[in-house]
Amino acid sequence: MPDFRPDDEASVAETVRAARIDGPLEITGGATKRGLGRPTQTAATLSLDRLSGITLYEPAELVISAKAGTPLAELESTLAAGGQRLAFDPPRLTALWEGDPARASIGAVVAANLAGPRRIHAGAARDSLIGVRLVNGRGEIVKNGGRVMKNVTGYDLVKLMAGAFGTLGVLTEVTFKVLPSPETEATLIFSGLSEADAVACLSAGLGSPWEVTGAAHLPGWAGSPAETLLRLEGFEAQMTYRAGALAAHLVAHGVPDVLRGEASAARWREVGELAPLGDVSALAVWKISTRPASGPSVAAALRRAGVSRLFLDWGGGLIWAACEPAGDAQAGPIRAALAAHGGHATLMKAPDEIRAAAEVFHPLPTPVMELTRKIKDAFDPARVLNPGRMYAGV
Amino acid sequence: MSSVAQPAPDPAILERRAEIVRGLAAIVGERWTIADEDELRAYETDALTAYRQVPLAVALPATTDEVSRILAFLNRAGVKVVGRGAGTSLAGGALPLADSVVVGLSRMNRVLALDTANRTIRVEAGITNLAVSQAVDHLGFFYAPDPSSQLACTIGGNVGMNSGGAHCLKYGVTTNNLLGLTVVLMDGTVIELGGEHLDSPGYDILGLMTGSEGQLGLVTEATLRILPKAEGARPVLFGFNSSEDAGACVAATLARGILPVAIEFMDRPAIRICEEFAHAGYPLDVEAMLIVEVEGSPEEISDQLERIVAVARETGAVHVREARTAAEAAAIWKGRKSAFGAMGRISDYMCMDGTIPTGRLPEVLTRIAAICAGYGLGVANIFHAGDGNLHPLVLYDVNDPEQLAKAEACGADILRLCVEVGGCLTGEHGVGIEKRDLMRAQFDQVDLDQQMALKSVFDPAWLLNPAKVFPLDGRPAPARAA
Repeated sequence: MPDFRPDDEASVAETVRAARIDGPLEITGGATKRGLGRPTQTAATLSLDRLSGITLYEPAELVISAKAGTPLAELESTLAAGGQRLAFDPPRLTALWEGDPARASIGAVVAANLAGPRRIHAGAARDSLIGVRLVNGRGEIVKNGGRVMKNVTGYDLVKLMAGAFGTLGVLTEVTFKVLPSPETEATLIFSGLSEADAVACLSAGLGSPWEVTGAAHLPGWAGSPAETLLRLEGFEAQMTYRAGALAAHLVAHGVPDVLRGEASAARWREVGELAPLGDVSALAVWKISTRPASGPSVAAALRRAGVSRLFLDWGGGLIWAACEPAGDAQAGPIRAALAAHGGHATLMKAPDEIRAAAEVFHPLPTPVMELTRKIKDAFDPARVLNPGRMYAGV
Repeated sequence: MSSVAQPAPDPAILERRAEIVRGLAAIVGERWTIADEDELRAYETDALTAYRQVPLAVALPATTDEVSRILAFLNRAGVKVVGRGAGTSLAGGALPLADSVVVGLSRMNRVLALDTANRTIRVEAGITNLAVSQAVDHLGFFYAPDPSSQLACTIGGNVGMNSGGAHCLKYGVTTNNLLGLTVVLMDGTVIELGGEHLDSPGYDILGLMTGSEGQLGLVTEATLRILPKAEGARPVLFGFNSSEDAGACVAATLARGILPVAIEFMDRPAIRICEEFAHAGYPLDVEAMLIVEVEGSPEEISDQLERIVAVARETGAVHVREARTAAEAAAIWKGRKSAFGAMGRISDYMCMDGTIPTGRLPEVLTRIAAICAGYGLGVANIFHAGDGNLHPLVLYDVNDPEQLAKAEACGADILRLCVEVGGCLTGEHGVGIEKRDLMRAQFDQVDLDQQMALKSVFDPAWLLNPAKVFPLDGRPAPARAA
């Protein structure tokens, strides 16, 4: 399989132009997320791993730019040295796919629009992303957005790139709004709540004035009690006051334990990296987004469908679920459960043959699917960029 | 009158006016169809009053279904459509064309659903921004994007322009607070994007639609995130002897890990004009002023203000005034929020809306002063300092055609300067008609072609809000014909 590894944007454009004759490309960065999406039918790979490096970092302006193949870890360590971070909390999801998580690239984080537990407070990758450079399927270099956080000049192609899985353009450079890292954090942990009580507790916390930045529920299994987690972040004195006020506000749900500082941060890293699902190496994994109050009902429906393990994040609005990798990996019952509540489900991990046969991404209503095909046409008429990765024919 | 050219109206459409008006009346009723010249005049301009054009007709639908039937009808008839909320656009985004029908959404102003457990509200597009916050205020919630026009501007217009406001440093702009949309495409197709959950499946069409200036579809309903109100908020006011010192204060505050909800900047002329109007107690002997607001419990506010005041003194603040009471806080904000009105009392002005990297602020202010002096015009600067969104107010006499032309040229030079230093042409007002012909300062033809290809996906005949956003030359064939 030919493997193109250009080291500048012009060569990326040249590779894409050649691909219109030579055949479509699979786009990769650190090659850690090749198991996400539908398998592409491509004979050649375009790797951005040599398009690497931070191109701009202005801590006082809360902005950082990097070439798309830059390891996420490099951005995070650079920002940490400046006392800042990517607010959307990008996870590695090491448990799901093969490959060295240290190589996960920032371009792939954007292409998959990933976000961790802080999604409920700070948005997803698309909300922090303020500028992109890309090569479209005609091999043209296109720029959109910029390095300033307020910008309504022309259409927002930045948002369109986030979550397009490389099917509209090969990202070559991305720019983010960043935020100061808080001095410390605290997590309240309520024990033994049912899913319905837990989501009520999370909703009450998220509707309170104390700025909850993490809200997850981990149902107990194998004898361990269920845990309901709410995180606060800020200055030390704020955390003491807010944790007390929040605990008093949620007293109907019990008396919480409190984790502070690094112990709290470690706990949320586990949540973001799906530790509560246990070992999923032999299982299929779904990421399900619904209205938070529907979380418990959707979870109950999943269990009836034979889903063995799950937990709730985003205040109940995100369900991570693991099941046997057989048939369509329960796509039918999962999507039926969502039909009654609203939301969507993505098959994040499953063997190639299942992902090739099942709809990995949520089926779209007919008029939206029609727009989706035409948007693909507008960027990549010859279908050379990650064809079929999201939807058949796209 | 102005240097921005408009395409010539299509005589064939003008000739069919009576038939088009009949078609609209058949859908929304005669009462909600406006064809009378005097009544049409109310729709001839938006808040950018330098540009005026009476439309062919106006339709005021009451439901998504009516909007769908109107667009399907006008699409078949090949008639251009301009969507309109409250008409508060400062970039001429809702300016009609002589051969266009204005579809006004002011009647669609209801709250459809309110859900504090899921922290969402679903509203019709014609509801005002402030009415959304008022609908949830008694429950302890608010809707975060707060444009200065929030009393009048509508959610549909906010989506079209991706509106923000003073508090978006912390809370983001419309696109960060929007979960779902009902959109009518030009052929009448109704699509639902997103919902009450996070992250729509498929391409982020919701994100693309936001800020597309009514060119891809007409928004009829929106699901918005509502946020719990902080326990309290309090501003502090700083005066500095130079804009460099004020800029250093902003940078150092953010570097210490403090994220205020708002950081507003005013230069000496702006301070003077606002103080004369609002008597807010602003210092008149400084070159630059910052208003910094923080949130939390009373103790948290005091703690944060203490940190910020320390930073400000280190960076050269010569005047510090903390609001100790609600009345003092209100006075500080009254001066800032009445700035545009106060300015209007002393002079006509053109409000620019460029964005710059904040590190370039002192240099940019110096160069803006030089540009304006070169045209013989005055300028006052008001600025969202946390996010680099400049609002130079270029002062001129609207009754003097020569001064209007100078003000336009001066404004264009300022916006080109913003792009030159790494910023952009518009941070929150939109491109509209005002900055249409400046787009090439920021984008090359390939960039514009890619954006225009999307316009053609949603609206193949380029009937929705045409002659806006993109320069008239260099458009694809059907658009040039428009």
